[in-house]
Amino acid sequence: MMNHPSEEQFVLYYYGEAAEIAPHMDGCDACRATYHALQRVLNTVDSFPVPERPADYEDRVWASVEQRLDRRVRRPWWQRPQLTPWLAAAAMAVMVVSAFLAGRAWRQPAPVQVADRGVRERVLLVAVGDHLERSQTVLAELVNAGAPLGKLDISYERQAAEDLVESNRLYRQTASASGDVATESLLDELEPVLLEIAHSPSQLSAGELRSLRSQIEDRGILFKVKVFGTRVAQTNSL
Amino acid sequence: MEDSDSVAVARAKAGDGDAYRALVDRHSRGVFRLAFRMTGNEQDAEDIVQETFLRAYKQLHRYESRASFGTWLYRIAANCSLDLARSRGRHPQTELLENASNAPGPDRLLAGGEVRRTVSETLDQLSAQERAAFVLRHFEGQSIEEIASSLGVSGAAAKHSIFRAVQKLRRALEPLVT
Repeated sequence: MMNHPSEEQFVLYYYGEAAEIAPHMDGCDACRATYHALQRVLNTVDSFPVPERPADYEDRVWASVEQRLDRRVRRPWWQRPQLTPWLAAAAMAVMVVSAFLAGRAWRQPAPVQVADRGVRERVLLVAVGDHLERSQTVLAELVNAGAPLGKLDISYERQAAEDLVESNRLYRQTASASGDVATESLLDELEPVLLEIAHSPSQLSAGELRSLRSQIEDRGILFKVKVFGTRVAQTNSL
Repeated sequence: MEDSDSVAVARAKAGDGDAYRALVDRHSRGVFRLAFRMTGNEQDAEDIVQETFLRAYKQLHRYESRASFGTWLYRIAANCSLDLARSRGRHPQTELLENASNAPGPDRLLAGGEVRRTVSETLDQLSAQERAAFVLRHFEGQSIEEIASSLGVSGAAAKHSIFRAVQKLRRALEPLVT
């Protein structure tokens, strides 16, 4: 008779694996008792309740998803024509507006400075919110990509990251000039990650993808971008 | 279901919005159940449902039918849940649904309530990876290989996450159910 199964084998057996322990359990009261105790515990977990959804749940989900798809991703953003000039122009516009407002604020008396600072920060937040959303898309694509059997084509993400590096620099400089330390700090952390993606090969092996993914995850940058982006979106919607 | 999913995916890849809607219709409840078990929080689960279908749409060109569409979608949902958990540093407190049982008597209600609360609390105490691996194995019936692939970890790591989760559940629940 084989040795008593390990705890791990009991767990595997519960989930339909480790069939080799069945003959042992037939002849071993102690192991049967151990297994039945495990069975009771795991069967109990099934009592974990999940709230019911309303009858029109699918319609509600679709309405919300469709709205966001219409607004953002009906067509992948990096496939839109003339993207690079548009991004650069947007970033430049923020620079120009910020510089203009900064100049005005410098010349105006105190009460107007406060109002201008608010406008300047809002202009920057709108632009940065869009930039972070695009960055988040690229990072999430790579983090969530399944392990490829051969090579994974990331040419879209590379191109997107190249564009984002440029705009990231402009926004970071704008944030710095505006004294927005939080935004500047996040963009400062984001930039090397975008550079890493932009400088990666277009075709990644599973190992290269793992390495790139761990660089993104180790820095926790996707979560920071997501959390910061949500905060910016909430501020912009006020 | 899988055949019709394949057809709908092919049509959605070609830009057919109705086909993608059909996929949302078929899978939104399942994704919600998974997300709720991962997070224990209704609002978080709703957010994950939205995010999952948005990410899936963006990544449709990468879906290659090696796994079923449902498995692929659940992998995205699991990652959304992990993103959320990691961004917060811990799981939110599970919302207990005391009215979800089938009208047991007072004693059973008390015992059942305590068991459910202990299950919820123990799930909350698992690490994000332990909880994700356990939920995918226990509730979704995914294989170790599928879980490893979903979570981007080795098979051994996925297996150990499940074992650790089961150990913690045993320690917490055995006194209540034996």
